[in-house]
Amino acid sequence: MKILIRQGRIVDPASGRDAVGDVAIAAGRIVALGSVSADFTPNRTIDARGLVVAPGLVDLATRLREPGHEHEGMLESEMAAAAAGGVTSLVCQPDTDPVLDEPGLVEMLKFRARSLNLSHLYPLGALTRGLKGEALTEMAELTEAGCVGFAQAEAPCRDTLVLHRALSYASTFGYTVWLRPQDAWLGHGVAAKGPLATRMGLSGVPVIAETIALNTIFELVRDTGARVHLCRLSSAAGVERVRRAKAEGLPVSADVAMANLHLTDVDIGYFDAAMRLTPPLRQQRDRDALRAALADGTLDVLVSDHTPVDADAKNLPFAEAEPGATGLELLLSLALKWGADSGQTLARTLATVTSAPAAVLGDALGTLASSAGRLVEGGVADLCLFDAGADWVVHADALRSRCRATPFAGYELPGRVRCTIVAGHPAYEAAEARA
Amino acid sequence: MLAQRNPQLNAHGELIHLLSIEGLPRAVLTQILDTAGSFLSVNDREVKKVPLLRGKSVFNLFFENSTRTRTTFEIAAKRLSADVINLDIARSSTAKGESLLDTIANLSAMHADMFVVRHGESGAPYLIAKHCAPHVHVVNAGDGRHAHPTQGLLDMYTIRHYKKDFSGLTVAIVGDIVHSRVARSDIHALTTLGVPEIRAVGPKTLVPGDLREMGVRVCHDMVEGIRGADVIIMLRLQNERMSGALLPSAGEFFKNYGLTPEKLALAKPDAIVMHPGPINRGVEIDSAVADGRQSVILPQVTFGIAVRMAVMSIIAGNNA
Repeated sequence: MKILIRQGRIVDPASGRDAVGDVAIAAGRIVALGSVSADFTPNRTIDARGLVVAPGLVDLATRLREPGHEHEGMLESEMAAAAAGGVTSLVCQPDTDPVLDEPGLVEMLKFRARSLNLSHLYPLGALTRGLKGEALTEMAELTEAGCVGFAQAEAPCRDTLVLHRALSYASTFGYTVWLRPQDAWLGHGVAAKGPLATRMGLSGVPVIAETIALNTIFELVRDTGARVHLCRLSSAAGVERVRRAKAEGLPVSADVAMANLHLTDVDIGYFDAAMRLTPPLRQQRDRDALRAALADGTLDVLVSDHTPVDADAKNLPFAEAEPGATGLELLLSLALKWGADSGQTLARTLATVTSAPAAVLGDALGTLASSAGRLVEGGVADLCLFDAGADWVVHADALRSRCRATPFAGYELPGRVRCTIVAGHPAYEAAEARA
Repeated sequence: MLAQRNPQLNAHGELIHLLSIEGLPRAVLTQILDTAGSFLSVNDREVKKVPLLRGKSVFNLFFENSTRTRTTFEIAAKRLSADVINLDIARSSTAKGESLLDTIANLSAMHADMFVVRHGESGAPYLIAKHCAPHVHVVNAGDGRHAHPTQGLLDMYTIRHYKKDFSGLTVAIVGDIVHSRVARSDIHALTTLGVPEIRAVGPKTLVPGDLREMGVRVCHDMVEGIRGADVIIMLRLQNERMSGALLPSAGEFFKNYGLTPEKLALAKPDAIVMHPGPINRGVEIDSAVADGRQSVILPQVTFGIAVRMAVMSIIAGNNA
């Protein structure tokens, strides 16, 4: 299929390009960028006047609940949600049922995702078997099956000896280990420790749960040389530790979830279970530090932390409610809102959800390493076309994700995806974009 | 963030549920205390009933066992002529796997007019108030560590009864404050009613510094905490917290923070001693104090019935 996208504002964060022009796509690749020769004969022309033409989004933190929820068609609905959100590449956590610790499971998941012909799916393999924190998985086999890194998801690796060996082993082969820094013992609470949790009578997760874990991880990185991606920082003190580690030259990168970037514990309101998230929403000074750190690059990436949760699992008292919320369809808008609030250029804003997450994945992307998250002639045609000026109100029932829980219900947000193209074919088109 | 209306109040600012004392205007608290005063005489009459809730059904939903609190609500509802149904949920439907909201939907279908809810998780009554039919009223009878508003109100009634005025008082709350819904409700009520000095007294494991933001003075030293106090509220120390990582032993707790006649002598000579019950003699309070002339622990129980009658009659009279 040959597609011509005409007269859109082409924004490519990696190259700094920001100019109106045309994009020609053929055989899944971008064949011309900016000006397209007159002899290009498209099957399809998309009028992109008034739209931004950006690289497809790369989301480093999602859960699709497969394996485990095949009977509910979870993979179909959540991959459709990704396409509707302009997300063309997504990384999913290994805490499925069963856990992604066997190459066969990873191959099956990759196969199922490919057969949907939607976005690219990149699973993280389990760092330890069953995520139990005891024995290492077959990392080389899992990598061959398609894993882009290894993680413990929310299952803490309590045994520091095992974690040390896991990092040593991973670093032998250059695999990246993805860890959410949280001390297992101090991390039991349901809200951020602080005056609000104390007032509401909710058990709190203290900031030191994050900083103690970061200190441990950094010592292990110093000793092993392993490359670590730190998932979903939540505190000002945590950000400061990451800043120092990067200044020291440690091979670490870090991300922040969009809820932590926009909300605080005060948003829990009257025990709103939609605000039950991990990591918990912290205080305003933490949120401000996370926003500043994303702007100055201490935090590399913004993630949706898309975690579908059943309505029944949310309709419970706050502490009993399952943590998580839908997110794929809100990532672009919440990135744009952060960018507008903090005076970032559109290219810099988009970098946090395109080129920067692609850089974290790096060589793990294989043949797509040089073009995912960016717009390159000859590179893969993963694009997101959106109307930056269109505001919309979040109605959970209008989302494609099966999960209706979102802390942003009722929010008016900027930026509406009009068309998502994955490997040269339209994976999503809003009604008004169809010509 | 998006603004939300306090779910306890209707659009006219009237009380339709009692979920927490936090956020309630002083006038509402005073109205409840004044109404309770008028009900006290009912309790002394030969026929202890008024017809304010005649024909109404009050369901006591206790997801956590508490015979004492449930009984006082039952007496209060019966004295208002309501029909009372006690459901010991801890041992029935939820044990069979029924969800909280399914339980509520089923009971609503039985034409309940009021739910009195005790639940082990903070905020559970908010979830129930949000999902029950508009004509149903919810009274929080204790949720997790969050709130026990009728206990807070009966404590205020007791203080007002003995001290007349809140404006010059020093109130010390002693013991396991971090896990106490009573302490939280007392603190909100005392600050709303204008008490100038509220002290939270106990070791750092039970009295976190974050409490300062609720408007209290945090004291880790018992002598500093009760010196010159007009009112001392002792909290119950739960058995499971008496030894472990929070406290080494009940004996050591009593040595440091137990209320003995010697320590009570540091308070004002006319200080009153309160306790939400049931008391642990020799753990948080010495028997000589619990049974002494300054103890108002039993009058608290009597006032509690009048306060619960006041709360139920007021919310039943207001529409969502």
